[in-house]
Amino acid sequence: MSTQTTSGLAIETAGLVKTFGETRAVDGVNLAVPAGTVYGVLGPNGAGKTTTVKMLATLLRPDGGEAHIFGHDVVREADEVRSRVSLTGQYASVDEDLTGTENLVLLARLLGHGKHAARERAAQLLEAFGLTDAAGKQVKNYSGGMRRRIDIAASILNTPELLFLDEPTTGLDPRSRNQVWDIVRAVVAQGTTVLLTTQYLDEADQLASRIAVIDRGKVIAEGTKGELKASVGAGSVHLRLREAAQRPEAERVLRTTLDADVQLEPDPVALTARVGSGAANGRGAAEQAARALAELARTGITVDNFSLGQPSLDEVFLALTGHDTHDARDTRDNDDKDDKDDKDEVAA
Amino acid sequence: MSTATQTESKELAPVSAESLAALLVSGERPPRPSAWSASMTFGWRAILKIKHVPEQLFDVTAFPIMMVLMYTYLFGGALAGSPKEYIQFLLPGILVMSVVMITMYTGVSVNTDIEKGVFDRFRSLPIWRPSTMVGYLLGDALRYTIASVVMLTVGIILGYRPDGGVGGVLAGIALLVVFSFAFSWIWTMFGLMLRSEKSVMGVSMMVIFPLTFLSNVFVDPRTMPGWLQAFVNNSPITHLSSAVRGLMAGDWPADEVAWSLGWAGLFVLVFGPITMRLYNRK
Repeated sequence: MSTQTTSGLAIETAGLVKTFGETRAVDGVNLAVPAGTVYGVLGPNGAGKTTTVKMLATLLRPDGGEAHIFGHDVVREADEVRSRVSLTGQYASVDEDLTGTENLVLLARLLGHGKHAARERAAQLLEAFGLTDAAGKQVKNYSGGMRRRIDIAASILNTPELLFLDEPTTGLDPRSRNQVWDIVRAVVAQGTTVLLTTQYLDEADQLASRIAVIDRGKVIAEGTKGELKASVGAGSVHLRLREAAQRPEAERVLRTTLDADVQLEPDPVALTARVGSGAANGRGAAEQAARALAELARTGITVDNFSLGQPSLDEVFLALTGHDTHDARDTRDNDDKDDKDDKDEVAA
Repeated sequence: MSTATQTESKELAPVSAESLAALLVSGERPPRPSAWSASMTFGWRAILKIKHVPEQLFDVTAFPIMMVLMYTYLFGGALAGSPKEYIQFLLPGILVMSVVMITMYTGVSVNTDIEKGVFDRFRSLPIWRPSTMVGYLLGDALRYTIASVVMLTVGIILGYRPDGGVGGVLAGIALLVVFSFAFSWIWTMFGLMLRSEKSVMGVSMMVIFPLTFLSNVFVDPRTMPGWLQAFVNNSPITHLSSAVRGLMAGDWPADEVAWSLGWAGLFVLVFGPITMRLYNRK
């Protein structure tokens, strides 16, 4: 049965609302996610990402607005939606007391596979995910990276048409993170649509083709990666000078060459310049930075250390909302209860 | 080669993109499982959990043994002249009491699962909705059976001689397990409704203690004041323990069996839908 709608949208929401007591955790979210793509939802803890995903995956009932998954209403046709989507998040995980194999066999059986087929499918997935050695161990003994692999394996027992990945790499070391990214790419290459929520701009950058930035339950920016980046500038140049006395001069040089805000750091030899959006002078960030360095050298200022950073989520937020992200990147907990608590804090 | 740290990701074999791709493509979509099959799969999960955490059988082994020994020797001499006399009356009743008490762990395990990560995964599956809950109860039915067998064995060692023979005893256990399965829907409801494991335990005790003690498990209700008799004689636990006592004694207490099954049906009809409503709203 074909499930592609004429609109070609995997997810379509209009004015989606979820309130917890006084708090509007999700406050009128509109999304249109094209089928077959990775769509990034970027925002800090408590922004309403997880709550939105839970509503789309039929785990929470919206208090207002509508959401359709491949044309099926998430409330009225919840069962249709459930048979098309899969969910991986810290709250939708696997049973820690069971082994890797047992978990996958259990879920495969629940998805309708016969005993033999379930065992076979579980073994193949464990093999593909490099977990064969750990197959007989209880999941509570798995490392963070292994845990995330088994979670994702559990989500693709039946190849889903739409996969929700709710902060799939939060709390992982860089290596495990890269491995998760590889898995996501492999899944998408087979035609599955992925909705990825993340607190990390570079993760959205690596994987997503379109990104929605969400804050306080609202979508505050939406577009392709390029569009989004252009709206916040290409990044920051961080400099450390040899002599503090040269800093005022360096500041002046940077201001004129980069046409950007220059910030003096507490450290008397350090300063940071926001590289302006490409629109200002039509040059890439690296090229602009190189020009600035050359100009500094010509002026006789000695630069000890230099780095060019991508705009961080904080900077994106600052640019888009004019306020900070608070705890944008520390805690791992992200269930709806925390969403709500954090939300309170942000709103306070 | 690092062999010291077993859990670290550096030991992890790489993800094989090719075999992953092949799996995703080959994945045919089987028809969704029947309600029965999904429930049995969840029952299998409960058994796997017993296998991995066998300590949880403590409450269906040590606890029932303790109950039989304690009450037989505590009340036996005073109430029936000797423990051996008393156990003929007590055993079916204490069996009912202990198994009904054990049912409250259903609520605790539901509540624990919600706290852990697996619950929402189950809720997001396209399966018959009550099967998750039925699965818990099927696993628990096994525990109730284990508890019954343990208690009967101890009882027989202490001198219990049921006139109903093997058939009567089996009928009694079957009725008890069916009733407990139905009764447990109260606990699935509380497990979903209350916030913590502790509060589930607290509420369970509040319900279980009066319900099981205010019955004919220990003594004949005719010795009680009138107002208490009114309660005790109509309590589902009294009906159940009369029925089990009758069956094990070789009688056919049709009225009491009917009352017990009637109560069981009522529990499922009332608490089943409330449980499922909470489950869908969680």
